[in-house]
Amino acid sequence: MFAFIVRRIIQSIIVMLVISLVGFSIQFSIGDPVRDLVGERVTPAEREEIKDRLGLNDPFYIQYFRFVKNACKGDLGLSFFYKKPALEVIISKAPATLELVIVTSIILIIISIPAGIYCAIFPKRLLSRFAMAFSTIGVAIPVFLTAIALIYLFAVELNWLPSFGRGETVNIGGWWESGLLTWDGIKHLILPSVSLSSIMLPLFIRLIRAEMMEVLETEYIQFAWAKGLHRERVWFIHAFKNTLLPVITVFGVQLGIMFAFTILTETVFQWQGMGFMFLEAVERSDTALLVAYLVVVGVIFVVVNTVVDIIYGTINPMVRIAGTK
Amino acid sequence: MKAWNRFKNSYLLYSFKRDPIAIFSFIVLSVLVGISLLAPVVAPHNTYDTSTFDIMDAETPPSWMEEGNKDFILGTDIQGRCLLSTMIYGLRVSLIIGCGAVLVQAFIGILIGLFSGYFGGKIDSFLMRITDIQFAFPYLIVAIFTSAIFKLAFGVGRYAELAEPLLIIIIGLSHWPIYARTVRASVLGEKHKEYVEAARVIGLSHWPIMYHHVLPNTMTSVLVLSTIQVAEAVMSEAALSFLGLGMPVTKPSLGSLIRSGFEYIFSGSWWITFFPGVLLIIFILVILLLGDWLRDVLNPKLYKG
Repeated sequence: MFAFIVRRIIQSIIVMLVISLVGFSIQFSIGDPVRDLVGERVTPAEREEIKDRLGLNDPFYIQYFRFVKNACKGDLGLSFFYKKPALEVIISKAPATLELVIVTSIILIIISIPAGIYCAIFPKRLLSRFAMAFSTIGVAIPVFLTAIALIYLFAVELNWLPSFGRGETVNIGGWWESGLLTWDGIKHLILPSVSLSSIMLPLFIRLIRAEMMEVLETEYIQFAWAKGLHRERVWFIHAFKNTLLPVITVFGVQLGIMFAFTILTETVFQWQGMGFMFLEAVERSDTALLVAYLVVVGVIFVVVNTVVDIIYGTINPMVRIAGTK
Repeated sequence: MKAWNRFKNSYLLYSFKRDPIAIFSFIVLSVLVGISLLAPVVAPHNTYDTSTFDIMDAETPPSWMEEGNKDFILGTDIQGRCLLSTMIYGLRVSLIIGCGAVLVQAFIGILIGLFSGYFGGKIDSFLMRITDIQFAFPYLIVAIFTSAIFKLAFGVGRYAELAEPLLIIIIGLSHWPIYARTVRASVLGEKHKEYVEAARVIGLSHWPIMYHHVLPNTMTSVLVLSTIQVAEAVMSEAALSFLGLGMPVTKPSLGSLIRSGFEYIFSGSWWITFFPGVLLIIFILVILLLGDWLRDVLNPKLYKG
């Protein structure tokens, strides 16, 4: 087990080095740190001097080592637009995205688990067929169209819910701007989180249904029936527990994919999170911020994947053995 | 003639005729593809010719509503272009990018998968490690990053000019690992079979064996995967264009049309977003349904991504 964890961590360090190399190459080829520092109004001679002082005339590999060294200390360069360290900007935007992801996950769990179980237990009922049809069509609907439809219905026509921004936020502990504590903030969260969960729901309903149906076929469930156990006990205690394992793993991986979709959702709702900030950085040619975002997302992914793998390895020994060859 | 007879008696056609959903999807898809390919003939207006539309016609509602104009069946967009024509041209752009991107994906993925599976050993672990690294990141995020970097590197103006080929490359580069894994898995299943041994015994070198003997046997899974991938590529393109990282408004795809319409939805001009959105959903849905049917019929072992 220990060897497995070590191997997995070494792998993720290699991946992080690859990501930092990609990030640095972007910085190196299209970034302009001199402009980021002093703007356009400097003579070429002064530019050269600043470049020398910053070490921008050093060879690629020396600059790359410096980049990695600084990144390990948490210094990912200065954002040209915000005039602040890029990492600081990203961290200030992170709570918005995290709250969106958390609320979406809660919606996802509350709806997909009962729906999946129901579809597996009564596959022939009308409601199950309806849920399956919904999940087939749901896969084909891009998240931004769901979001626009929701805005048109609830914000433009019915005027029930706000269509953009985060509303009133409360500051917790100095840096976490939370929208979860005010009624206004929660109202602003409803539409974004519902549209974000709509993209993941079909997948989870199908997954839980498939896993549950598979478990219901196994011998120990047959045995449980033969023992004359109560229906609810067989379904929820015996069968559902064993459905959870693969579902949790997929959930871990999908959490990463959800981050990709937050960029789309945040654009539609002008949600002041990391994804929205990233697109603004592209519009403003803020290379340092863009590279910093790339590295941060890279770290999030690598950490999530590694943790999921290690958890899975702990629960399911077959993965460990397959990895060794 | 012989090929036609073989096709007529095949299991593929037999099961196709018995599946109403597949028939329906196929008809809808053929109609959509036909219309979009014949866009210059079918579309009522030429939307790429700036002299044919007038900003004064902007935001005309569909013809059956009040203030509607008979010339514009589905109304006009924000620049006064006939919405129906713009959608037809937009579908064509989406289709070209979708198919082009899948060709790029398939080319890279098949090459890597074939080499990796056939040679095994060090080459295999090296190529598969690269594939794994990229596979760990959702393709949409890779596509968004790549297009953002391209946009910065080329500059906004050049990027808009070159958007079509660039998007093909971007989406192609972001989604090939699934091909590599699928092809590698099929190659691993094939390479120890007797016909490969026989080919080696008669003295063929590696390349002809890979190309003429192993590759055709992996085509079933590639075909099934490709149908789904076209839908995914069209969806990625729409997402990128919606984020403003894709096609420009002067040559809109369905995604950029939805983006431009979204800004006007608050003033009540719902049709600019609604019709392209519905078209996009129908287009993706029929491809996915056909892909599902094809997978059930051909039943290859696909790598689940």
